[in-house]
Amino acid sequence: MAELTYRDAVARGIAQEMERDNDVVFLGEDIGKAGGVFKATVGLYEKFGPLRVRDTPISEQAILGAAMGAAMTGLKPIAEIMFSDFFAVCFDYIANEFPKSRYMTNGQVKCPLVVRTGNGAGSRFGAQHSQSIENWAMMIPGLKVVAPSTPLDVIGLMAAAVRDPDPVIFFEHKSLYATKGEVPDGEIVDTLGTAKIVRPGKDATILALALMVPRALEAAERLKAEHGIDVEVIDLRSLVPLDTQTVLASVARTHRLFTVEENPRLCGWGAELVSIVADEAFYDLDGPPVRITTPHIPLPAADILEDLALPNAERIADRVRRSLEG
Amino acid sequence: MDILMPQLGETVTEGKITTWFKSVGDAVKPGDNLFEIETDKVTMEVPATNAGFLTEIMVLAGAVAPVGAVVAVVGEAGGNRSAAAPVAASAPKPAAAPAGRPAVGFIAPVPTAVQKPSGPMDPFFEVRTPARNHGPAQIAGGTYVTPLARRLASESGIDLSRIKGSGPRGRIVAHDIETAAQSGTGRAAMPAGPSAAQVIAMYRDTPYEEVPLDGMRKTIATRLVQAKGTIPHFYLTADIDIDNLLAMREDANASAPKGADGKPAYKLSLNDFVIKAWAAALKRIPDANAVWAEDRILRFQQADIGVAVAIEGGLLTPVIRHADAKSVGAIAADMRDFAERARERKLKPTEYQGGSSAISNLGMYGVREFAAIINPPHATILAVGASRRQAVEKADGSVGFISQMSATVSYDHRVIDGALGAQLLAAFRGFMEQPVTMLV
Repeated sequence: MAELTYRDAVARGIAQEMERDNDVVFLGEDIGKAGGVFKATVGLYEKFGPLRVRDTPISEQAILGAAMGAAMTGLKPIAEIMFSDFFAVCFDYIANEFPKSRYMTNGQVKCPLVVRTGNGAGSRFGAQHSQSIENWAMMIPGLKVVAPSTPLDVIGLMAAAVRDPDPVIFFEHKSLYATKGEVPDGEIVDTLGTAKIVRPGKDATILALALMVPRALEAAERLKAEHGIDVEVIDLRSLVPLDTQTVLASVARTHRLFTVEENPRLCGWGAELVSIVADEAFYDLDGPPVRITTPHIPLPAADILEDLALPNAERIADRVRRSLEG
Repeated sequence: MDILMPQLGETVTEGKITTWFKSVGDAVKPGDNLFEIETDKVTMEVPATNAGFLTEIMVLAGAVAPVGAVVAVVGEAGGNRSAAAPVAASAPKPAAAPAGRPAVGFIAPVPTAVQKPSGPMDPFFEVRTPARNHGPAQIAGGTYVTPLARRLASESGIDLSRIKGSGPRGRIVAHDIETAAQSGTGRAAMPAGPSAAQVIAMYRDTPYEEVPLDGMRKTIATRLVQAKGTIPHFYLTADIDIDNLLAMREDANASAPKGADGKPAYKLSLNDFVIKAWAAALKRIPDANAVWAEDRILRFQQADIGVAVAIEGGLLTPVIRHADAKSVGAIAADMRDFAERARERKLKPTEYQGGSSAISNLGMYGVREFAAIINPPHATILAVGASRRQAVEKADGSVGFISQMSATVSYDHRVIDGALGAQLLAAFRGFMEQPVTMLV
């Protein structure tokens, strides 16, 4: 057991899989000698050498195109897109190529790759470098989408993503890189499509993802301490596949649903979750589902404005309390 | 076979028939042009693909039909598919189908008998929408009801219009339904009877005397409506041979010691024995010696029996405590005291509240048998009819007369199921028929 940062967990997770399987390779901008702009891949170049850890030119299309070619011909590449916002410049690979190749070739061409990327706000990087775009990835049939919130989940879900036979988008939250958590020694392998109840409770269910998980947990503690409201917090961890069983079972117990989403409100992942719950658990609901999200705006760079835009513990707790108490 | 309006391009949704090359009754062979169509993009001739006779033209020249619509039928000579009028050129859109026309003609043809792949994976039906609807979100009067509250209300038979919502903006939430279910206040109302005004109007030509309701009458009315409306009653009846019991009573009364005034120290009634036997039966079948407490059942060690006493303007039910442990003589003494004070309305509440069961005896009025309404929270009530001489078949096949009475027990099915109820009645009958067993 060791205390590890989320940042170090990324490197450990990649190293675990590269040690296990020589077909696992890693490529991206400044990920090698520089150890990544967020220092999340320090030591991999030294450990696995320039053949398996490749620095690339500043071209997202080149990175993903090379990754796809490698995947089609037998390797299991992990590609880094530095900021998830840049998915927009290589979206053809993400939306049209990776997720469709297996289907369109009747299984002859597989695409077992992982795209890991720095997602989310909190670093005052502005409208083009701070977005939460997990909903962009979630909407594409053929992609799997994970977004861990703890160092332990980073390692376990990285292993699951690398071992998955299909393309997986791996969202690392930039504001979580410095956070710490206990991680056991030895190999860690998790399962895609499994949510975690990170705080059991009886009065309401809060669904959260990535940075919103610690904020929802803080809100839960406030609600308990200040208002005696006992909420259950679920870390979804994986949007595709989606663990609807855990969500529906929780709503059947608590009868209230809240989502805490960093993505902008329109078509955020929570809208899909609310839709599923409304469809399948309508008569378990004892009040309207409530989505707590970033508004539908370009994110500001100014710290005070960025802080206002994102859901925080105070806003979550206030919204939940008002909704439960009327 | 049906001739369909063909698809003439990906974005074309309808076509206009400009010319028919064949008339109804004409023979057609594959390759013969049937009609010409015109779309916003092309004009083309449509040939027949099968041999036969053009039996019907359903879309006349000049009319428009959607892609996939049946425009004609090619069949055997003389065949006639339907008597429906063809769509005339004047009809702006054939989509407005004449009444009685099979709608299928305007629906794009679908392959018949498509076999759905079996197995759990069906991406188009992955959402399991609830099969049942539990009523609208907003009820008459404007109150909103949450989905869970609607489900709970419909499952427990609660009338939402009788519930006051405690949620935001008066919304009825699950908690309100649970509270109502426990108190019984929100139970679906019986269909309301005619109002006082309606009843008075109904009898305006008939002389009557108006009797105001006193407290006892009001209490009886509310409690019995509640009892009959909320308790799931069921009833079991048995005929009981009371020859032995009558003989024992006669012996006991005949040998009662006489006091200084020459009066016997006691006079046991048949009802006193019934009370004793019923208490003994409840003691024998302890599972049935119970009351309903909404979210639980209370079972008792002792049998406290309420006995209905008719008084002027109503009835009271004083309770003989520990009736199972008392002698018949002690029960008789209690009853005489209670009956006197009940008639004078001098019973204390502690004397007519509680008890684990009750008895109503109308035998003295010649009633053969009847079923009583349970007095909540009791789970049983014993209704006793008159003793009578009854012809029965004896063991040797001859016919003889015995003394018999009928007893009907009403049960609350929430507490007592049929078999248990039958055991209780059998125990009562056993004590009545072999009264000496009450002494052991």
